[in-house]
Amino acid sequence: SSKTLRSVSVDLNHDASLLIDIPDALCERDKVKFTVHTKTTLSSFQKPDFSVPRQHEDFIWLHDTLVETEDYAGLIIPPAPPKPDFDSPRDKMHKLGEGEATMTKEEYTKMKQELEAEYLAVFKKTVQVHEIFLQRLSSHPVLSKDRNFQIFLEYDQDLSVRRKNAKEMFGGFFKNMVKSADEVLISGVKEVDDFFEQEKTFLLDYYSKIKDSTAKAEKMTRAHKNIADDYIHISATLNSLAADDMTANKKNLEKLSDLFEKFRKVEGRVASDQDLKLTELLRYYMRDIQAAKDLLYRRARALADYENSNKALDKARLKSKDIPQAEEHQRQCLQKFDKLSESGKKELTSFKGRRVVAFRKNFIEMAELEIKHAKNSVALLQGCIELLKSN
Amino acid sequence: MAASSDRNPPPFPTAEESEPGLCDMADADSDEGEDIFVSNSNPVSVSRGVSQPDRVSEEPSDLFSEEAASSTAAKANGVHSDDDNDLFADTNVELSTDKSSSSARKEPSGPRHASTFTPSPAAMQPTSLEQLEEEEAKDSFDVDVAVTNPEKIGDGMNAYVAYKVSTRTSLPMFRSKVFSVRRRFSDFLGLYEKLSVKQSLHGCIIPLPPEKSVVGMTKVKVGMDDPSSVEFVERRRAALERYLQRVVSHPSLLQDPDVREFLEREDLPRAVNTQALSGAGFLKMINKASDAVNKMTIKMNESDTWFEDKFQEVENEEQQLRKLHVVVDSLVIHRKELCGNTAVFAKSLAMLGNSEDNTALSRALSQLAEVEDKMEQLHQEQAASDFFIFAELLGDYIRLLGAVRGCFDQRMRAWQRWQEAQSTLQKKREAEAKLLWANKPDKLQQAKEEITEWEARVTQYERDFDRIGMTVRKEVLRFESFCLLLTLIVFQLIKFWEAFLPEAKAIA
Repeated sequence: SSKTLRSVSVDLNHDASLLIDIPDALCERDKVKFTVHTKTTLSSFQKPDFSVPRQHEDFIWLHDTLVETEDYAGLIIPPAPPKPDFDSPRDKMHKLGEGEATMTKEEYTKMKQELEAEYLAVFKKTVQVHEIFLQRLSSHPVLSKDRNFQIFLEYDQDLSVRRKNAKEMFGGFFKNMVKSADEVLISGVKEVDDFFEQEKTFLLDYYSKIKDSTAKAEKMTRAHKNIADDYIHISATLNSLAADDMTANKKNLEKLSDLFEKFRKVEGRVASDQDLKLTELLRYYMRDIQAAKDLLYRRARALADYENSNKALDKARLKSKDIPQAEEHQRQCLQKFDKLSESGKKELTSFKGRRVVAFRKNFIEMAELEIKHAKNSVALLQGCIELLKSN
Repeated sequence: MAASSDRNPPPFPTAEESEPGLCDMADADSDEGEDIFVSNSNPVSVSRGVSQPDRVSEEPSDLFSEEAASSTAAKANGVHSDDDNDLFADTNVELSTDKSSSSARKEPSGPRHASTFTPSPAAMQPTSLEQLEEEEAKDSFDVDVAVTNPEKIGDGMNAYVAYKVSTRTSLPMFRSKVFSVRRRFSDFLGLYEKLSVKQSLHGCIIPLPPEKSVVGMTKVKVGMDDPSSVEFVERRRAALERYLQRVVSHPSLLQDPDVREFLEREDLPRAVNTQALSGAGFLKMINKASDAVNKMTIKMNESDTWFEDKFQEVENEEQQLRKLHVVVDSLVIHRKELCGNTAVFAKSLAMLGNSEDNTALSRALSQLAEVEDKMEQLHQEQAASDFFIFAELLGDYIRLLGAVRGCFDQRMRAWQRWQEAQSTLQKKREAEAKLLWANKPDKLQQAKEEITEWEARVTQYERDFDRIGMTVRKEVLRFESFCLLLTLIVFQLIKFWEAFLPEAKAIA
């Protein structure tokens, strides 16, 4: 179940008043259907225990509406879960099918098993990341009360109609703005607050580094997987050689083949553990930091607005025209800016703590697993050497 | 013509029996040895076999008794090679050449010739398999060659790499005990060309030199000092060394004056026309020859199933090994990738650690980066390069297997020649008989001469056939040893990993 995989975020889903999980999911051709299950004691919901089917696009809709909501500008909106990507295992499965004639039956079966495991891993990861998104929302004091969130959890009809309307209304305006302008704006605005000055520097730098690390970690994990696949082929070929061999070498070849088969299992596990504990961790926090950056951007925007409103007020005073409106506008901008700064500070501080805890937990788990795998490998090799010596 | 007296092989060092044995049965069970000598008066099936002392051979009585010789059609013989520690010394093989096949062919001629070896022009041709084995074992101590110090000579497209070929030997036929010369790649190819022309003299399998590579050499010529050119030169150097070692460990090749010249002579004339001689070219030749043999109208009646089975085995093995080679190559590449990726990742993680403002986490990230870096170094030093050697040896082995296949074909051609000679002899005899009847004395004389000539040829070809057969068996034996060698190397690899993993544990 997805619960055992939940590792990139901690301290979620402990508040009994609103418990959310994704107990299962179906994969139909290209679409994944998640079953979102809610258990709640809150009176705002109609039932205490219920489930609804949701698609990936529904999650995106929810995320976007939250982002576009003015009131939440001072909050870090949890990053949207990425689209389920089955392309890689699907392509590989296709290639495997084409190459079937060139391998032994045994080899083909093993490769197929590997691919199926890969497919399953992708599936589990996507369930996990969608689940965490919802749980981040449910454990947030403000966001958990969002009306759209409630609709998402409860509405037992198809959400696609609502989704279309939302798209027409916002058109993804805010999101596009953020994408093109954030770095420039954040750096350009003169910062008045030390805390935010530091955060800005830190987050910009950290983001680029973690993005780089994530990409490199992915490559590393892929290389491990390639090696595991190679072991399958080596093992199978050694087996064929052993089958034809009539000399005393036959047993040796068989043992070697067996050894490689065991190695590939270990290597495969190393690859997948590394993927989950390290790569997924980095990937998730990369997105989370982007969400924090978005917060900084919105605050910078608010600051810019405030400064503009000051300028507008000065101009109004000069012209002695529309002064009350200008004053009101300036007051509102300041209010907004202050609100953003205050909630932003809280959010960023708790984000830091959350990140450190998650990293620590994952690194410890990863180190423990690597040690376990290394010990296994040593045992395998020793066993094999004993066997071969005794021959 | 049954007298074995004019065909005594040179006395064996271990010969103890009073009767001139056709075969040294030093390790054989004593009763089996006796069988052969007891029935020595008649032409006897030559069993060139040494049976395993602790192993009961499959059909001991059949092999060594004279009666069985004339009636046995075919015996399947397994080639036992065990004891992986000692590759050459104790590998004993049970063989029989099927002499009875000739009687099955209803040869009208009289008593058969017992086939033995006459010492060939190249001295010291061993006559029993056991002696062959001994020779091989000894050879490895008598001559040592090394290929070192690759040095680029010249510039631009005319540049080449010269290697230092050093020899250390105790054999008297060389001028000195320790000496070295400079050779370039085309010299090695030239040596191969000279040897392959004399193939029929030495037996089938001349070790193949490494393949030509236009791409690799161009890079070196152009002066790119990047790691891939350095690696290319290193690979080639190692392959050339292995090639030479194989050449000198082949007893009859070592006797060859061309080989000696190659090792000793200061200035070697440039070898030309080496285009066709890359390994790939040679294999093409072999394959063409194979096709020609397959189209032969006289299909060889292979009554000795040992050859048939072996041929099949060799073909299968070659196929599997090619596959293995491809996969091992892929593994080498992926391991290199993994090393590269890990190194890059470690750096990136270190940078991340630097950025991290939480000190404890920052330290943890830096440490993780260090661990990853160390692991990558270990990987790089040991596993990747060892597998790389394995891949190279696999490549060599596959080429050699191709040569073995060629050898089988040669044997078939020798058989064909022999059969044709026999049939010509038959015709000549019939002609003689007619002449006798027609009473033409002058023509008769000529006919008799021709018959003598053809009888000699038949004998010669039959000897050739047997000799090649022997060589095939011997070479196949060597390959099986070679396969063991490969296995041993993999064990070595495994031992390296064994050493590496506790270190990794300690780091973690």
